[in-house]
Amino acid sequence: MALIEAQSISKVYSLGDVDVRALDGISATIEKGEFVAIMGQSGSGKSTFMNVLGCLDTPTDGHYLLDGVDTGNLSRDALAEIRNQKIGFVFQGFNLLSRTSAIENVELPMLYNGVTAHERSKRARQALKSVGLEGREDHNPNQLSGGQQQRVAIARALVNDAPIILADEPTGNLDTKTSVEIMELFVRLNRDPGITVIIVTHEPDIATYAKRTIRFLDGHIVSDEQVSKQ
Amino acid sequence: MINIPSTFKISLRALRVNKMRSALTMLGIIIGVGAVIAMVAVGSGASQKIAEQISSMGSNLLIVLPGATTSGGVRMGSGTQPTLSTSDTEAIIKESSAVADAAPILNGTSQVIVGHMNWSTSIMGTTASYLNVRDWDLSAGRSFITQDVKGATKVCLLGQTVVDNLFGDQNPIGQAIRIQNMPFTVIGVLARKGQSAQGQDQDDTILVPVTTAQKKLFGTQFPGMVRIIIIKAKSAEDLPVAENQINALLRQRHHLGQKQDNDFTVRNLTQIMQAAAQSTRVMTLLLGAIASVSLLVGGIGIMNIMLVSVTERTREIGIRMAIGAKTWDIRLQFIIEALTLSLIGGVLGIVTGISATMILSSLSGWPTIVSPVAIVTAFGFSGFIGIFFGFYPAYKASLLNPIDALRYE
Repeated sequence: MALIEAQSISKVYSLGDVDVRALDGISATIEKGEFVAIMGQSGSGKSTFMNVLGCLDTPTDGHYLLDGVDTGNLSRDALAEIRNQKIGFVFQGFNLLSRTSAIENVELPMLYNGVTAHERSKRARQALKSVGLEGREDHNPNQLSGGQQQRVAIARALVNDAPIILADEPTGNLDTKTSVEIMELFVRLNRDPGITVIIVTHEPDIATYAKRTIRFLDGHIVSDEQVSKQ
Repeated sequence: MINIPSTFKISLRALRVNKMRSALTMLGIIIGVGAVIAMVAVGSGASQKIAEQISSMGSNLLIVLPGATTSGGVRMGSGTQPTLSTSDTEAIIKESSAVADAAPILNGTSQVIVGHMNWSTSIMGTTASYLNVRDWDLSAGRSFITQDVKGATKVCLLGQTVVDNLFGDQNPIGQAIRIQNMPFTVIGVLARKGQSAQGQDQDDTILVPVTTAQKKLFGTQFPGMVRIIIIKAKSAEDLPVAENQINALLRQRHHLGQKQDNDFTVRNLTQIMQAAAQSTRVMTLLLGAIASVSLLVGGIGIMNIMLVSVTERTREIGIRMAIGAKTWDIRLQFIIEALTLSLIGGVLGIVTGISATMILSSLSGWPTIVSPVAIVTAFGFSGFIGIFFGFYPAYKASLLNPIDALRYE
């Protein structure tokens, strides 16, 4: 059974009397442990696809099966639980809570699944350590560099032991050197605990870290190929 | 699963981040709760005072005053003619079925001497019924007996103030006091009664048999004359019946013709006092209601700030939703925030209200009672306001679409 299975997914937005087909019958399967880059220009539908994969959005048509469960029939709260347990999000703009220390940001997902305060703190520290931010636990986001903030976001994505990390332009706000560090971190996480990593990007350099590249254009998949590592 | 302690922590943090805003929002509740407590304290203080006066006066009371007489078309003022007598009193007791008891009163003021002490006080000639009518007990000794009244004996009952002034700590029972140079034997001491509705010290009085007052102390124009008659009806419902019966009886006894006005007036004291009590109750309610409006306005202030807060933190809400916050996690976060504001405001408001009451009371000398009921109600109401006015913003926040919320700048 595939971890992620998209069955002819369509997403139609109504803008006044014009219907925009952001996704037009997308079918794709992603197995556990894959490292996938989703590429395409802006407006190609890659972000919409990402939102559907992350259970932030529901398709207008078609079925999205996550771990064999059809997400189409699930309630808002059930989707929230899936996001909490199975998906770690990493965003371009980091999306950390401001005026909130790194450790508290990392503890956030555990607030919503009943982990005890002691356990939360322990796991958050571990997660921060695993992304190389030991000793920065009490820094607020504005005291951290962009790369460090993204590491905090990654630690937050890891802390609930989610099997999938969805990263939407994770290096978009970072310089080249830091981008390399962040991508290497993803590669490591994909290799060691075997987390399935899916990255949306428009930068070919970033896509080279992935093992598979899916290209989007106008709501369709135009290519889907395994990348051989040199 | 909703984690209340953590949600509470999140809410407290949000409030701490915007200290000034939180404080100002709370101020609305502080003033509201404080105003409710202070206003109700003033109102219930007034009610309590009136209730005390009513109970010290005795219940279900009527008084008969000598009335305006008309002689040859000239109407004389009220009380100009001594028209009431002890026999009127006896007739009222005997013939009016709605009357429980009645006592005649003939009073005056006189100097009283004991040894080298002297004191000027009110001397009231009456009968043993007086104590019954006024619900007044003796703290020592005995009351008048029939012989005292029939024989115009020189015995007296002392009010507590008189005892304090003439005897100090000594036991006055059996002692002799001189009223207008006549020796009277003290046979009893009245229980302490305190101030009357008019602010008079009711304990500053001496009771003597009405006949003694008529014959030996205050000379009267005709035998048996009394100044007023004080009457206790059997029950509050009997008051109007008693009033009618007394009117009819006295008209008959005074030989008044069909066209003649009453030469006496019957007043319903209890009714007058109850009207006063009713009006203070209304005043208390009114003050409380006005103060509640300010509490309500404070609640609207909370809602306003919470709505701003939800808009400001749209992105935060988006992040929380993306990482797994459920509908009620978000709702509770904002409701607890509003509740915290209103409850802290409530506690500070209670402190403010009690201090304001104490200041008001010491500046104006008004009697005030900080009622626990008002405190609990105001506090409970502020909590309710927190939840009520916090709910809509919280509801609004929980309905946000996570994608839109995440993109919100």
